[in-house]
Amino acid sequence: MQHYSGFGLFKHSLSHHENWQRAWRNPTPKKKYDVIIVGGGGHGLATAYYLAKQFGVTNVAVIEKGYLGGGNTARNTTIVRSNYLWDEAAHLYEHAMKLWEGLSQDLNYNVMFSQRGVLNLGHTLQDMRDIERRVNANRLNGVDGEVLDPQQIKEIVPHMDCSENTRYPIMGASWQPRGGVARHDAVAWGFARGADSHGVDLIQQTEVTDLIIEDGTVVGVKTNRYGDIKADRVGCVVAGNSSVLAKKAGFELPLESHPLQALVSEPIKPVLDTVVMSNHVHGYVSQSDKGDLVIGAGIDGYNGYGQRGSFPTIEHTVQAIVELFPMFSRVRMNRQWGGIVDTCPDACPIISDTPVKNLFFNCGWGTGGFKATPGSGNVFAASLAKGEMHELAKPFSMFRFHDGALIDEHGAAGVAH
Amino acid sequence: MTQKNRLQSGGRIDRSKPLTFTYNGKKFNGFLGDTLASAMLANGIDIVGRSFKYSRPRGIVAAGAEEPNAVLQLGATEATQVPNVRATQQELFNGLVSSSTNGWPSVETDLMGTIGKMGGSMMPPGFYYKTFMYPKSLWDTYESMIRKAAGLGRSPLESDPDTYDKINQHCDVLVVGGGPAGLSAALTAARSGARVIFADEQNEFGGSLLSSKETLNGAPASEWVNAVVEELRGYDNVMLLPRSTVNGYHDHNFLTIHERCTDHIADIAPAGQARQRLHRVRAKWVVLATGAHERPLVFANNDVPGCMVANAVSTYINRYGVAPGNELVLMTTNDSGYQAALDWHDAGRKVVAIVDTRQNPKGDRVEASRQRGLNLITGSAVIEVQGSKRVSGVSVAPISADGNKVTGSVSKLSADTVASSGGWSPVIHLSCHTGSRPVWNDDVVGFLPGPTVQKQLTAGAINGSYSTSTALFEGLNAGLKAVAEVGLSASEVMLPKAEEVNEGAPMTLFHIPHLKPTSQAPKQFVDYQTDVTAAGIEVACREGYESIEHVKRYTAMGFGTDQGKLGNINGMAVAAKALNKTIPETGTTIFRPNYTPVSFGAIAGRDCGALFDPERYSAMHKWHVARGAKFEDVGQWKRPWYFPKPGESMKEALNRECLATRESVGILDASTLGKIDIQGKDAREFLGRVYTNAWAKLAVGKCRYGLMCGEDGMVFDDGVTSCLGENHFLMTTTTGGAARVLEWLELYHQTEWPEMEVYFNTVTDHWSTLTISGPNSRKLLAELTDCDLSNENFAFMDWKQTTVAGVPARVFRISFTGECSYEINVQANYGMHVWEKLFEHGEKFNLTPYGTETMHILRAEKGFIIAGQDTDGSVHPFDLGMGWCVAQKKPFSYIGKRGMAREDCVREDRKQLVGLKTTDPKVVLPEGAQGVLDPKAPIPMPMVGHITSSYWSANLDRSIAMGFVKGGLNKMGEKVFYPLADGTVVEAEICSPIFLDPKGERQNV
Repeated sequence: MQHYSGFGLFKHSLSHHENWQRAWRNPTPKKKYDVIIVGGGGHGLATAYYLAKQFGVTNVAVIEKGYLGGGNTARNTTIVRSNYLWDEAAHLYEHAMKLWEGLSQDLNYNVMFSQRGVLNLGHTLQDMRDIERRVNANRLNGVDGEVLDPQQIKEIVPHMDCSENTRYPIMGASWQPRGGVARHDAVAWGFARGADSHGVDLIQQTEVTDLIIEDGTVVGVKTNRYGDIKADRVGCVVAGNSSVLAKKAGFELPLESHPLQALVSEPIKPVLDTVVMSNHVHGYVSQSDKGDLVIGAGIDGYNGYGQRGSFPTIEHTVQAIVELFPMFSRVRMNRQWGGIVDTCPDACPIISDTPVKNLFFNCGWGTGGFKATPGSGNVFAASLAKGEMHELAKPFSMFRFHDGALIDEHGAAGVAH
Repeated sequence: MTQKNRLQSGGRIDRSKPLTFTYNGKKFNGFLGDTLASAMLANGIDIVGRSFKYSRPRGIVAAGAEEPNAVLQLGATEATQVPNVRATQQELFNGLVSSSTNGWPSVETDLMGTIGKMGGSMMPPGFYYKTFMYPKSLWDTYESMIRKAAGLGRSPLESDPDTYDKINQHCDVLVVGGGPAGLSAALTAARSGARVIFADEQNEFGGSLLSSKETLNGAPASEWVNAVVEELRGYDNVMLLPRSTVNGYHDHNFLTIHERCTDHIADIAPAGQARQRLHRVRAKWVVLATGAHERPLVFANNDVPGCMVANAVSTYINRYGVAPGNELVLMTTNDSGYQAALDWHDAGRKVVAIVDTRQNPKGDRVEASRQRGLNLITGSAVIEVQGSKRVSGVSVAPISADGNKVTGSVSKLSADTVASSGGWSPVIHLSCHTGSRPVWNDDVVGFLPGPTVQKQLTAGAINGSYSTSTALFEGLNAGLKAVAEVGLSASEVMLPKAEEVNEGAPMTLFHIPHLKPTSQAPKQFVDYQTDVTAAGIEVACREGYESIEHVKRYTAMGFGTDQGKLGNINGMAVAAKALNKTIPETGTTIFRPNYTPVSFGAIAGRDCGALFDPERYSAMHKWHVARGAKFEDVGQWKRPWYFPKPGESMKEALNRECLATRESVGILDASTLGKIDIQGKDAREFLGRVYTNAWAKLAVGKCRYGLMCGEDGMVFDDGVTSCLGENHFLMTTTTGGAARVLEWLELYHQTEWPEMEVYFNTVTDHWSTLTISGPNSRKLLAELTDCDLSNENFAFMDWKQTTVAGVPARVFRISFTGECSYEINVQANYGMHVWEKLFEHGEKFNLTPYGTETMHILRAEKGFIIAGQDTDGSVHPFDLGMGWCVAQKKPFSYIGKRGMAREDCVREDRKQLVGLKTTDPKVVLPEGAQGVLDPKAPIPMPMVGHITSSYWSANLDRSIAMGFVKGGLNKMGEKVFYPLADGTVVEAEICSPIFLDPKGERQNV
C-alpha cells in the first residue's frame, strides 16, 4: 500500500499527481472465500479490514450492490460519541471510541476525526434527571462525561440562546469532550483501502440476490453479476435491507426501516465549535470543517425505502435549530437528503449469530450506526473469525427479543425513534 | 463613480431611478431593475471573491441561479446579515450593503492567493485525507486552520428581526418557470378555469425572453409577455408568484415555493410585513418549464475574471444595459453561443474573435456573424487564458475534429472577456427530487427528466427544446394535458409567431484540450465554487474513485451552494473520458432539494419563540402567576412547581407546603392530567386489555388505579380510571403521556381490535381538576357541597356527581398523597370560580397551594411511582413491586402479559424499585446517582441501579429516596453505595419505599 503523508503529496506534486496508486483494486471475485461480507458500507468494510488485519482472515470478499460507502455511511450527520446509558451499549460504543482515537493513523487515511465535544441539552427537570443518571453511569463505566450548567454551556457555545426566555430554557447538559465528528466518506474509503491492502476483494456494483443454504448452514451467496460465490461464513451488514436478506434466509428480524433525513446549510465561517444535540427541542447541529451547519433530528414516522422523507420533519427540525440559535434564521439551507435506517424495538443494534449456521447479521443500528463503525466492524470481525460472538457483541443477539433481555437506549439514542 | 460598463441605452432597467450600494465599503451606483451582479459589472468590478481552496480571484460568470462565484455577504446591520447571497439573484435596492466573503487583507490582494499559487500543486482532490495525520497531536491545529480557510460568508450574531410566513395552497396546475413555455402553459390552464399557481424565481415573468432581442408576432417579445401577464393577473383562479422559487418537489405532488417578499426592497422587511413566505403546495398537476442552464467550456485558466458563460453576456447587455468588458473572444461548440458575440458587437464593443470548435459551422447566427464581418476562427478552441485579476488575452489553437487534442500552432489574441458555450443543460433538478433518475440524450447533449410517478409534465428547454417556438408549443400542450387531466375543457389559445432560427448541429465537447496533458496544464476548472479541476477529477478516477458519487464526494464537485449547476455535467464528461466510459454509463449524481438555498427562517415560519410549541395553561394559571408560583414544563403544560412566599427559599417553601398538607389541607391544580372519555359496549373489555389489572367488576361510581404496559411488558403510563356508567369510563393519564396514551388506544382499536365497539375522546381541556388533600379536606369540601361526604357514603376510591360551590362537579375520592383527598372536577370555565371559593373557605384551614414538587415529595413518602420518573421503559410491574396490579387470570390476554413473562423478565436479580435511606439522614441523594455494592472497585464499576426519586421529607425530618437495585426486593436492610461526581460516596440502606403510613390509614379516614 502506498503510504500517505505530506511528504508524499509533495513528491507526487512533482510528477503532477500522475502516479498515485489506486486506493483499492477492482477485482473479479474468486469462486470461494473464507468469509463473505454482504454490504460495502462503513460497517461491512470495517469488518473486512479487521478480519484481515487483526484476525488474519484475508480470504475475504465484500460484495456491494452499489458503490462503497454509498448507504448510510454517506448520509449521516457524522456524530461520534459513546455516552450511552446502559452498560452493554456504553461498552460497545466506548470500544468504538477508542478505535476512533487512533483510526487515521491505523488506516493511514485521515478520517478527520475531530474530538470537539458533544453536548446533550436538558430542558426539563426529567431531562436533567436522565442526564445525571447517564453521566453517572458513563463515569463509572469509564466513559468521559460531565453535567454542565447553563453558564458553562454558554462558554462552550456562546451563540446558543441559553437565556430563560425560550420556550424550553436550557437547564443543563451532558458533555462528552471526547465526542465529535468525523468525515464520513473517508471512513468508508479508509477502511476499504486498508482492507484491500490486506488482500480483501471489494466487489462493487454486484448484488447478492440470495443466500445459498444447505442443511441449515450457509455455504455461499448468489449474485447478479458473478453467479454463485461460496463461503465458509457469511456476514450480512446491509442496514435497511437486512429484513429482506433475513427473509431469504428463512427468519425474521424485529426491524423497521424508516427514512431519516438530514440537511446542511450553506458553508459559513466557523461559528459553532462543538456538537449540540437536544432531544427535547428535537434537533441537533454541528458545523463541518467545510463550514456547513450539519443538522438532523428524528426519523420519519412511516416505514419506507425511499432515500427521502417528508417535508414536515424538515420543518420541525429547522424550527428546533432556530429555537436554539435564533441568529441562524437568516442562514440558508442548502440541501437535504435522506437515508434508510433499520431500527430495533429497543433502539440498539443486532450483532448476532442466526438460526442459520455460519450466517451472521450486523444490523439495526437505527440512528447510531456511524459512531459505532470501527467498534461494530471490530467485534463483528472477531465473531466471524472465531465463529462465535465477541463478548461485547453477545448482549446484542437477535434472540434477546425472545428472552426479553432488551437494552432500551431510546433515551440515549439522542433523537426520538 | 461612473458606471464605466453601462451602455448608453437599452435594458429593462429604469435609468430615472438611480440607486446607491456599497461593496467592500465603497459606494457605487446602479439603477432600479439591476441585480447586484449587473450593477457590479456596470461599475467594472472584476473580482467578487476568492476561491475556496486556491484563493484564486474570481469574477461573475453567469446571470442567474447557476452563478458559482458571486456569492456575497449582505446586510447593513449585524442582525440583518445574510451570508452567501448570489449577486446574480439579488435585486439592487437603495442602500444595499455587500462585501466579498474571502480574501485577506482584501479580495483584490489576497495573501492566501500566494499560498494557493505555491501550494496549489500539493492540494489535489482529497489531499486532506492523505496528510495532517502526523503527529497525531497536531490535528486540532490543522483542523482549526482548515476551518478558518473554509466557509464562505458568516452567520449574523444577533437574532433575526424579521418574521416569515407560511401558507398552504392547493391548485389544479402549478406552472414552474415563467419563460415562453411556462407562459403558454399557464395561459392555457388559466383560460380553461383551472386553479393555477404560476411561479418564477425572477422579479418579472418572461424567462429567456427578458434577456434577448427576439420578437413575437413581429414585435418585441416583452409586449406579448406583458399582455399574457396582464391577462393572467385578471383571473381570480390564477395566483402569480414572482420572486418565488419552487425549491423542492416532494412525493405526491407536494412542492415548496420560497417567495422573497421584501428582499428586493431593503435589508429588513417593512413593519408589518413578512420578509419571506413559504408556500406549501399540493398540486394536482405540475408543469415544469424550468428552462436550461448554459454550460461553460472547461479550458486552462477558465476562471480568470472576465471568463463568462456566453448567454450571461447577452443577458447583461440586453436586460441590464451592461457590457461587461471591451474586447470579447467567444468560444462555442454550437450556434446559440454566437448570440453573445452578435449582441456584443451590436452594443458597439469589439468582438476580437469567435472561436468555433466545429470545423464547418453553418446556421443563421453563424451567417449573421459573417455578415457583420466578425472574425470567425473555426475548428479551433481557446486552450488557455492569460491574465490573473482580469483576462488579458487568450491562446487559440486548432483542435482535432473529435475535440480531443490540439492539432496546430497556438496564436495569441488580446481580449478582456472570454465567453464560452458548451451547449445547454436542462434544469431537471425538481424532477429529480422525487427520486426520478434522469436520462441522457445524445441529441440534446444533456440529461432529460426521467420517468416519474408524479403527476408531472414538462415543457420547453427542460426537454431540450430550446427554440422559442417549440417552447411555446410544448407549453400549450402541457397546459392542455393538465387541464384535461383535471377534468376541464380546453379553451383556445393562439400562440404568437416566433422568429425561426436555423441552427447547425452542435459539437459534443466539454473539456478543451491543451498542449500539455490535463495533469500538467494550467488549472482547467469544472466546478468553480469548490475549486474542482479536470485534472482533479482525473486523479480521483486514477485512484479508483470511479463511481460518479465517489468522484463527487472525493473532489467535492457539486457540493457548493450552486450545487454544481454549471459544472456537474462537465465533471461527469471529464470522469467518463478518464474512465473510458460514456456519460450515461458514468451516471449522474442526485439532485436534492433545495433548488436554491432557503432561509432557515422561512422553513421555520412562525413556529419560533413563543410559538415554537404552544404553551398550555390550566384555567387557574393566572391565579398561580399572581401568587408568584415557579413553573415547570411538563409536556406542553406550564405547571406550578412550587409557590414560594416572598423571601422564601425553594426548600423552605416545599417544607411549608408538605407540612401544611399533611397537617391540615393543601390544594393542587391537577387539571393537566390527561383525561380520556371512553364509551361503548366494549369499553370495559377494552380497559381490561390495555391495563394489566382486572376491570370486569369495577362498579359504577368506583375508581381504580391501572398500569399500562407496552408489548414488551414494560410500564409506560399509569392513572386512575373511573366507571361513570356501565359502558362509560373516564381514564386519567400522566400529564406528559396523555397524547401518547390516546394514540396507543386508537392504535390498538384501529389495527388489532377493530371489532370492539369503543370510542375515545380527549377531554383533558374540558375539565379543571382541583385536588384538595389532607386531614381537613373533608371539612373544607363540606362547606361547598351538599353531598354526604361521610366515609360510609363516600369511601376511598368512590366518585360522586354533585355540585361544588354551586357548580356541577364530579368529585373523585382518590389520593396521590396518602391523605384523605378529593379531586374536584368541574367544567374548565368554572375552575377559577371554584378554586377561589375553596380559598375563601379554606383560610381557616390554612389551605395551602402546592405544586408538582410537593406533590412528588408527598407521593414519594407513600412510595407511589411517577411513570416516566420511576420508570424508563425497561421495568415491568413486578420490578416496581406492583405485582398486585397485574391480573393473571383475565379471559382475554392483555398487552404486556407475554412480554413480562419472558425468561429475562422473571429473573430474580432484575433491577427492582426499593426505598433507600441514607445513613446520614441529612444527606439527600442526587437523582440519577448510580449505586454500586463495592465503591472501591476499579472502573468500569459494576452498577446495581440508579436513584429515580430523592427528596428532603419535612414530615419525616430526613431524606428519602426511591431507586432501583438489582434483586433489591430481597435485600431489605442491605447497603448500597453511591459514588458521586465530586468524589464523595453516599451510603444508603435498602428499605420499603413506603416511608409513611404503611397501612394506608390516613387516606381511608
